[in-house]
Amino acid sequence: MDPTYRMLAEFAQTWGLLYFVGLFLAVVVYAFWPARKQRFEDAARMPLRED
Amino acid sequence: MGEARAISKSMTVGEAGTATVFAALAFLSIIVAAKAHTPAYAFHAYLFAAASVGAVFLVLNRYMSRPAALPPREIDGKPNYNLGPVKFAAIAAVVWGIAGFGVGLLAALQLAFPALNFDLSWLSFGRIRPLHTSAVIFAFGGNVLIGTSFYVVQRTCRARLAGELAPWFVVLGYNFFIVIAGTGYLLGITQSKEYAEPEWYADLWLTVVWVAYFLVFLGTVMRRKEPHIYVANWFYLGFILTIAVLHLGNNPAVPVSLFSPKSYIVWAGVQDAMVQWWYGHNAVGFFLTAGFLAIMYYFIPKRAERPVYSYRLSIVHFWALIFIYIWAGPHHLHYTALPDWAQTLGMTFSVMLWMPSWGGMINGLMTLSGAWDKLRTDPVLRMMVVSVAFYGMSTFEGPLMSVKAVNSLSHYTDWTIGHVHSGALGWVAFVSFGALYCLFSWVWNRPLYSVRLVSWHFWISTIGIVLYITAMWVAGILQGLMWRAYTSLGFLEYSFIETVEAMRPFYLIRALGGALFLAGALIMAWNLWRTVVARRVETPFAAGDVRLAAAE
Repeated sequence: MDPTYRMLAEFAQTWGLLYFVGLFLAVVVYAFWPARKQRFEDAARMPLRED
Repeated sequence: MGEARAISKSMTVGEAGTATVFAALAFLSIIVAAKAHTPAYAFHAYLFAAASVGAVFLVLNRYMSRPAALPPREIDGKPNYNLGPVKFAAIAAVVWGIAGFGVGLLAALQLAFPALNFDLSWLSFGRIRPLHTSAVIFAFGGNVLIGTSFYVVQRTCRARLAGELAPWFVVLGYNFFIVIAGTGYLLGITQSKEYAEPEWYADLWLTVVWVAYFLVFLGTVMRRKEPHIYVANWFYLGFILTIAVLHLGNNPAVPVSLFSPKSYIVWAGVQDAMVQWWYGHNAVGFFLTAGFLAIMYYFIPKRAERPVYSYRLSIVHFWALIFIYIWAGPHHLHYTALPDWAQTLGMTFSVMLWMPSWGGMINGLMTLSGAWDKLRTDPVLRMMVVSVAFYGMSTFEGPLMSVKAVNSLSHYTDWTIGHVHSGALGWVAFVSFGALYCLFSWVWNRPLYSVRLVSWHFWISTIGIVLYITAMWVAGILQGLMWRAYTSLGFLEYSFIETVEAMRPFYLIRALGGALFLAGALIMAWNLWRTVVARRVETPFAAGDVRLAAAE
């Protein structure tokens, strides 16, 4: 196994994993934060509110 | 806009600049045409010259005939929507769709009856095939995306489209690119990259058009009256921006000369292959998925008159989809010179795509909750809902096929073709048809000519898709098994031509499926034509349809 591969694999399996899990959690927290509930429900009605 | 000093009429910077640039381009094109290395390239240069002269004429003519003041952004407090470019793109989509499906049928028939290339180089399978793929993806699909995006962004931002000439430049310029690409394939001009066949000059032109598209879209979003950017616009923006990046990444080529259509790509060997499939798979992910998901998120709620099932899920859907899709490309290069780890990476991300894809599918389908009865009376909505079901099916099949063990059987076989078409016909085309039925009646402000014909279109095309994809599944697995069959002595059991012969019945079934799909599209074209000319509305087949027709 050549060093480039090992370095890449190690990076992907540690920091890459953390990066994606972190991003995902950030998006989920953003989307499901209770204070934003009303705002998103209003946004969902946007196409129906048109003139 | 409509201030008092606008009495004296003068050219805008945009008008003067566009006319000047196109006049210069016309001269340059004529010089290139005169010195071109090949007749095909000279033909393209003349096309550029003619289009440039046409553009100068259109810009000047528009200036001469317009009032001194530019169209206001609002009239009586209501947005003054710019629907001309939307109408053009909608009509272009129907025309290119028929052409693309027709060429696809020809290609399918050529595989069953090779004599159908008529011994003409222009009609050889190698040229017809990219003509078909580009016509359906970029000409049909592209016009649907441009048309619907210009409509949706205006309606959901409650703002007039940014720019006056720019939206027209995007629509006309994009369709000119299609003409250059399509005629190029027929004449044998290609850089042999799948879904990116056009040569360097067509790529440069598309870059300019695409940047204008991005700016018009973004400019309209920035003018919005709504505080929130609706999720469909996020998907459209993701599609536009990513396609720009992919196009630039996959096409850095050095032309042999200004006077030659031939160029050489800067990437070499396996890197070129990897960049190509990074592009190729994300053309699927962002052109054929993100863009059409935008259509799903606007047109299905609008048609069903229900808000999207979960807006918060749509946010997770968007970010998860774009962050995962971009890594999935290497699954196109399983068991090639691409390093093993890159193949595994591509496979892993493809399998992860199950989650956002199914999240999105559930979100689309559940939007109908409480309104399922509409499927019975509204075939347009039925078409869009079935398209989402096909989206779910083909995004289940795709990750499955990206698993190396499965791919060792499916790769290079017709299973791939079946998979692509369950996505392309079932998902992309059906959601497009649904959107086009909506768009024509909303933009021209008329009820559809015939709801009954929509139902005919739906059933004929659905039967066509089922015939097509089942034939290709059987053919593909048969092909894969025949290729890998060994005798007890270790020889290959079948010669290649035997596998070709075994395919023939399935190729015939596939062509029949394609013919049905084309027939359905022709019915749609007739229906939309009658809707626009609006001589009369056909008597609906159920009382409920009167209400539906008047829904908008």
